[in-house]
Amino acid sequence: MIEVQGLTKRYGRTTAVEDLNFSVAKGEILGFLGPNGAGKTTTMRVITCFLPPTLGKVTVAGYDVMREPLEVKRRVGYLPETPPLYTDMRVHEMLAFAGRIKGVPRRQLQEQLEQAAEKAAVTDVLDKIVGHLSKGYRQRVGLAAALIHDPEVLILDEPTAGLDPKQIIETRRLIQNLAGAHTIILSTHILPEAAQTCSRVMIINHGRLVAEDTPQNLTARLQGHETMKLVVEGPAVAVQGVLMGVPGVHRVSRLPAADGRSEFSVETVPGHDARRDLARAVVQSGWGLLELRPVGLSLEEIFLKLTTVDDSEASEAPQPESAAAPAEHKS
Amino acid sequence: MRNIWAIARKELNSYFRSPIAYTVLALFALIFGYFYYTVISFFLLQTLTRVQMAQMYGGEVPPMNVNEQVIRPLLMNTSIICLFLVPMITMRLFAEEKKTGTIELLMTSPLTDWQTVLGKFFSAVALYASLLGVTVLYFLVLFRYGSPDWKPLVAGYLGQLLLGGCFLSIGLLYSTMTRNQLIAGSLTFFTLLLLWIVDWSSEYSGGWWVPVAQYLALTPHIENFSKGVIDLKDTVYYLSVIGLGLFLSVRSVESVRWRT
Repeated sequence: MIEVQGLTKRYGRTTAVEDLNFSVAKGEILGFLGPNGAGKTTTMRVITCFLPPTLGKVTVAGYDVMREPLEVKRRVGYLPETPPLYTDMRVHEMLAFAGRIKGVPRRQLQEQLEQAAEKAAVTDVLDKIVGHLSKGYRQRVGLAAALIHDPEVLILDEPTAGLDPKQIIETRRLIQNLAGAHTIILSTHILPEAAQTCSRVMIINHGRLVAEDTPQNLTARLQGHETMKLVVEGPAVAVQGVLMGVPGVHRVSRLPAADGRSEFSVETVPGHDARRDLARAVVQSGWGLLELRPVGLSLEEIFLKLTTVDDSEASEAPQPESAAAPAEHKS
Repeated sequence: MRNIWAIARKELNSYFRSPIAYTVLALFALIFGYFYYTVISFFLLQTLTRVQMAQMYGGEVPPMNVNEQVIRPLLMNTSIICLFLVPMITMRLFAEEKKTGTIELLMTSPLTDWQTVLGKFFSAVALYASLLGVTVLYFLVLFRYGSPDWKPLVAGYLGQLLLGGCFLSIGLLYSTMTRNQLIAGSLTFFTLLLLWIVDWSSEYSGGWWVPVAQYLALTPHIENFSKGVIDLKDTVYYLSVIGLGLFLSVRSVESVRWRT
């Protein structure tokens, strides 16, 4: 549905996006993950024909964004980070206007408007003035406006930014309900969000693709070792020695703890479940085993790992201001 | 066409939802009413003087002409009021959308830049035409109590509309160039003022630029229209200024995509 080949976008001397390649299949939800200024918004703006690419080829449903922008725009619904709404209009006027300029035929306008309002759950505020709505409702009105022409592709730039927790959950549910019927790209810098809503995640940093996979695979792939967390009642140094002796244990590190307890992070060789051996070793030594649980690397840690690695590479090869500069163009 | 209408309709709604349209209309009606009062008073005074002269020295009362002595100066004054009001009409057209980010909605919708620019231009023309509509009421009073010729009046209105179109297209151009309404408005005002007075010095100096300045100046071209003469040269002048303004506006809107 969406093909991005060798996309590079430069603003003057600064590079916002560098040689980005990816494709999104029909019905998929792709999550763009990255810190602020990583190039997420820029990439989305290129796909929505708001900005032209410096280099590379981007097609949506087979139409090139440079050659046939009108065809692309007919198929794309875009919700920018700040929903582009006319605050002096009533919600239904706003949606009707969006429908008209998106080319919804006059006869279908009312019907499409009601459908979009229902999908985005704004039916109860249709008569309210946009400027009087809360941030959460504005976000949803923006979503309804993006949905009004029933686009094949939906591009959502940080759809949950600035919402309260309840609204975030509602918005996520909304997006999940839209999946299947629409191909969705959403960006976020909140990782659990990507893990929950997306079928595939792309991590972008400094305008480059750092990793791309399903949230589950990403977690599994980056975990070289399986990690256990142990809390033991006993002398820390002695316990550490015993734990190191257990077969399959790769590394034991002590975590800060109190009350005569010791906490350890135990890394084991992948595919080897050392839990029974660990428990036996502790109990046989006469100490109390208070806690033993496997720790999955959270997406957050993966993200930090990946982006930190990239940072150290970046400092070797000079890459001036590439992180800071695109942020300025966001507004 | 449908897209142009969608944009124009939205802009018109927004003029009349906000106080802009009413402020501009009220200010215009007030100042035009004042001009009307002074011009009519002067006309009546002159009539009285002429009648008195005729009575004192005998002979016919020299004829008075409502078209020449009332309508023409009033129309000329109309364009001066509009010089001040046009920046208020045009400054928000693009600058506001850029400031609030709604430009992103327009630019990612299946509209061409021409459709957006024309839609906004037509809405501004419509508001301007409703200003002229106010003056029609005053002129109807003249028709009730006098017998002016309607043809020069129609020509005069056509001239006003063309002149207004020039003002508006220049204002629109400035609005595409900035996100600050105040800058758009003041640049428009000073440009219009400059085009208004550019030929004033030509009476006192010579040189190759005198005819150029005279051609560029907006005022001399309205002269014929208010006399009731629709001259092709003046019409072409106004249409080309409007066309140039719109063309540059479209280029400027496009450049938003290209500039960084």
